[in-house]
Amino acid sequence: MFLSPIRYNRMPIVLEAWESASSDNRIKPSSEDRAFRWITGISASSILLLMAGLIIVMLFYSHLALREFGFGFLFSDEWNPITQKFGALSSIYGTIISTVIAMLIAMPMGLAVALFLTEWSTPKAESFFGTAIELLAAIPSIIYGMWGLFVFAPFMADYVQPLVNQYLGFIPLFQGPPMGIGMLTTGIILALMILPFISSVSRDVFKMVPPVLKESAYGLGSTNWEVTKNVTMPYALQGIIGAGFLGLGRALGETMAVTFVIGNSHRISASLFQTGNSIASTLANEFTEASEPIYLHSLVALGFVLLLITVITQLAAQLWLRHVVKKAGGR
Amino acid sequence: MNVSTPEIGIVTKTKNVRPKTKKELSVEMAVHNLNFFYGDNQVLFNNNIDIYKKQITAIIGPSGCGKSTHIRTYNRIFELYRNQRAVGEIIMSGQNILDSSVDPILLRRRIGMIFQKPSPFPMSIFDNIAYGLKINTTIGGSELAGRVEDALKRVALWDEVKDKLSDSGTDLSGGQQQRLCIARAIAIEPEILLMDEPCSAIDPIGTAKIEELMIDLKSLYTIVIVTHNMQQAARVSDYTAFFYEGHIIEFGETKQIFTNPQNQQTEDYITGRFG
Amino acid sequence: MQSSSLKTRMATDRLIKVIAVLSALIGLLALVWILVTVVGKGIGALDFKFFTELPTPPGMIGGGLVNAIVGTIIMTILAALIAIPIGLLAGTYLAEIGKGSRLADIIRMVNNILIGVPSIIVGIFVYALLVIPMRSFSGYAGAAALAVIMLPIVVRTTEDMLTLVPDSLRESALALGVSRWRTTFDVVFRAAKQGLMTGVLLAVARVSGETAPLLFTALNSAYWFDSLKEPVANLTVTIFNYAMSPYSDWQQKAWGASLLITMGVLFLTITARLIMKKQRKQA
Repeated sequence: MFLSPIRYNRMPIVLEAWESASSDNRIKPSSEDRAFRWITGISASSILLLMAGLIIVMLFYSHLALREFGFGFLFSDEWNPITQKFGALSSIYGTIISTVIAMLIAMPMGLAVALFLTEWSTPKAESFFGTAIELLAAIPSIIYGMWGLFVFAPFMADYVQPLVNQYLGFIPLFQGPPMGIGMLTTGIILALMILPFISSVSRDVFKMVPPVLKESAYGLGSTNWEVTKNVTMPYALQGIIGAGFLGLGRALGETMAVTFVIGNSHRISASLFQTGNSIASTLANEFTEASEPIYLHSLVALGFVLLLITVITQLAAQLWLRHVVKKAGGR
Repeated sequence: MNVSTPEIGIVTKTKNVRPKTKKELSVEMAVHNLNFFYGDNQVLFNNNIDIYKKQITAIIGPSGCGKSTHIRTYNRIFELYRNQRAVGEIIMSGQNILDSSVDPILLRRRIGMIFQKPSPFPMSIFDNIAYGLKINTTIGGSELAGRVEDALKRVALWDEVKDKLSDSGTDLSGGQQQRLCIARAIAIEPEILLMDEPCSAIDPIGTAKIEELMIDLKSLYTIVIVTHNMQQAARVSDYTAFFYEGHIIEFGETKQIFTNPQNQQTEDYITGRFG
Repeated sequence: MQSSSLKTRMATDRLIKVIAVLSALIGLLALVWILVTVVGKGIGALDFKFFTELPTPPGMIGGGLVNAIVGTIIMTILAALIAIPIGLLAGTYLAEIGKGSRLADIIRMVNNILIGVPSIIVGIFVYALLVIPMRSFSGYAGAAALAVIMLPIVVRTTEDMLTLVPDSLRESALALGVSRWRTTFDVVFRAAKQGLMTGVLLAVARVSGETAPLLFTALNSAYWFDSLKEPVANLTVTIFNYAMSPYSDWQQKAWGASLLITMGVLFLTITARLIMKKQRKQA
C-alpha cells in the first residue's frame, strides 16, 4: 500500500500519540468526497427539475383550453366565464402596454440616476441616494399596491390627469374621465418598481468604463455630458441593454401592485386613463373563482403565456449579457 | 535510510557532484517524463528530475516557464482545476503518485505546500495550525496545544504571537502570515515541503527570516522551492534546476549551476542576459 | 459638437445634470412618500389587540391579526428551512464542484431564468402540485411556494459569494490533506460567511413580503390554524383582502399590516446590507 503509516522519526515527545492517532484514524476520504459531489450535484439539479416541472405542470393544467381554443386563444379578446369563451388578448394587451409605459419612464430615469451616482455626485451623496433607490426594490409589491390605490391614484385623478387632459386631451391616449386607476397609473408605479434594477445594473457598467477613456475625452475639452454621451454611453451600451431586459422581466410579471391599480376590466381601450387588466392581475383576481375545468385551464393557459414571455425575455437577457462579457473579455 | 544531519554546504564542498551524491543521498522523489497540459495547450515537456532527501532543491527560470506548474504536480493540487492534466511518472515510495489509485488526500499529508501569497485560514492563529492536526489526527487538549506551540516555535513565530493566539490569523503582517503558513504545513509532519515563490509577496526582513528558516528545516524535510530570485536560490539551495519554456534545461548542484553552467541558455539567464 | 458654441454646450451640460439630479430626487421622493404613507396610516392600527387577538367577523370593529402574524412567520421559516440548505448546496456545486462544466453552465442559466419567473406563476405551480392532490389550500403549500421563490435566489448569491473566495485559500487547505468537502465547509464557507448570511437574509426578506404565491396556496383564514394542512392566515393576503373590503376598520388594519410587513422587510434588508458593508471593510 502506498500510504503505510508515515514514519515519524523526529520529535520523539509526540511520536507515540501521533502513530496511534494515525492508525485509529484510518482514512476514508474518497467516499466522503464522492458523497459531497453527489449531494451538491443533486441539489443543483433540483433547479433543472423545478424548471421542467413548472413547464410540464402548466401545460398539463392548460391543455383543455389549448385544445378548445388553439392559437385563437391568443387573439380573442372575449373573456366570459358564463358562456365559457376565453381569449387572452386583453390581458396580453394590458401586460404589454403597462410594461411599455414603465420602460419608457424607467429606462431614461434609471440611466440618469446611474449617471448622477457614478459621474456627478460626491461619495456621500452617492451612498445616500444609491441606498435610497435600492431600498425602493426592497419594498414589497403589495405595499406599492396599497400606496398606489389609496394615495397615488387619487393624486393622479385630482392633479395630474385633469392637467394632462386639458393640454393633451386631443390625443386619444389621454382622453376619458380622470379616475386615477388605469393603465397610466399602473405604468408609473411599475416604473418606480423597476427603476432600482435598471439604475443599479447601469451603475455597475458605468463603473467599468476605463477612466483613461474618459480622461482623454476631457483632455480634449469636452463637457461632462459630452464625455457621457460620446464615451461612457457607447462603451456601456451593451450592459445598459442587459439592464433593460432585467427591468422588462420584472415589469411583465409584477402582480400585486398591478392588481390594485389597473382596474381589472377585460377590455382594450386606446386611452391610458382607462382601466384594463394584465395577465398577472387576471390570475390574482379570478384564479380561486374558477369553478369549471375549462375556466381553470384557460387561466393556467394565461399563466403559461406569461411564463413563456418571461422565460424568453430572461433567456434573451442571459444570452445577451454572456455575449457582452465574452466580447469584453476578448478586448 | 536516515541521512546524517547534513551541515549546510557539506554537499556543495564536493566537486563533481552528480555521481557521488547519487550514492550518498537517497532520492525522495523521481520525476520521469512529466508532461502537463492546460486543455490542449502543453506547458511542460518531458521533465526529468530527482529530488534528493533532506536537501533544498531550487527551481529557477523566467516567469511563465512552468516552474510553479511543475511543483504543483507533486501534490496534485492542479486537480482542483477542471482543464489541467498531468501525464508521466512521479515516483515516491515506489509508487507513481499521479496514478489514480493514489489518494491525493493521503499524498498531500506527506507533502506540505507553501504558496506565493500567504493564505492564513479565516480562523484564529491557534486554529490555523490546530486545524490540520484536528483533521488528520485525533490529538486534542493539551497535547494539541503543545503541538501548536511546537510548530510556531520552529518557525520562530511563537514569541511574536504567544499572547494573541486567539486573534485572527489574517491580522498578522505578510511575513508573519507566511511563517504561520509554514508552521501550519509542518505541524502535520510532512516529508516534503513545496514552496512556490514563498517570499515574493514579503518584505526583505521577512524574506531573510524565511530563508534562515528554510535552512533550519532542511534537517527535517526535503524542500523544493520555486523562485524567480536567483540570489535566493544561490543562498539557500543545494541543487538547482533551470526551467525554460516548459523544459528542464539544466539540473545540478547549485554551486556548479551558478559558477559553471554547462548550457548556454542557463548561462545567459544566470548572467542576466535574458529573463 | 465642435460646431455648437461653447455657450450652448455648457447649457446642454447643465440641463442634463439637472435632469439627472431630478431623477435621483424623484426616486428618493417616491421612497419617502411611500414610507410616510405607510407609517402615517398604519401606526394607529398597531395597538395591543392587533398583536394578540383574532380577526373579528366582517363589519365588526376591533380584533387583531395575531393569526396572520404567526402564520406569516411560520410559513417564512418553513420555506427558509427547505430552501436555504438546498440552495447552499446547489450554489456550492456551481462554485466549487461543477465550476466550468457544461452542466453547471446550464444550471446557472436555468437558475437565472427561474429568478425571473413571476411569483404568481409559482403560486399556480404549487396549486397544481400540492393543493389539488391534497384537496385543500394549506400552510404547507404556502411554504412550498415561498421556498420555490427563495431557492434560486439563495443559489445565485451562494455561488457569487463563494466565487469571491480566492483559490489560494482552497489550495492551502487541500495541500494540507484536507478533503474537498471539509475544505468547502471549514475554510471556504467560513471565509464567505458574511456574504452567505447577507444572501440568505435578502432571500428571506424578499419572500416574507410576497403575496401572489400565497393567494392560491395558503389562501387566508380568519381563524387559528390547528395544523399546516389547512388554510393559514398570513399578513400579505390579509392586506389584499382587507384593502378591497368596504369596511374602514379592515382598511385601517390593512395599513397596520402593511406597516408591520414593510418594517420587517426593511429591517432584514438593511441588516443584510450592514453585514455586507462590514465584510467589505474587513477585506
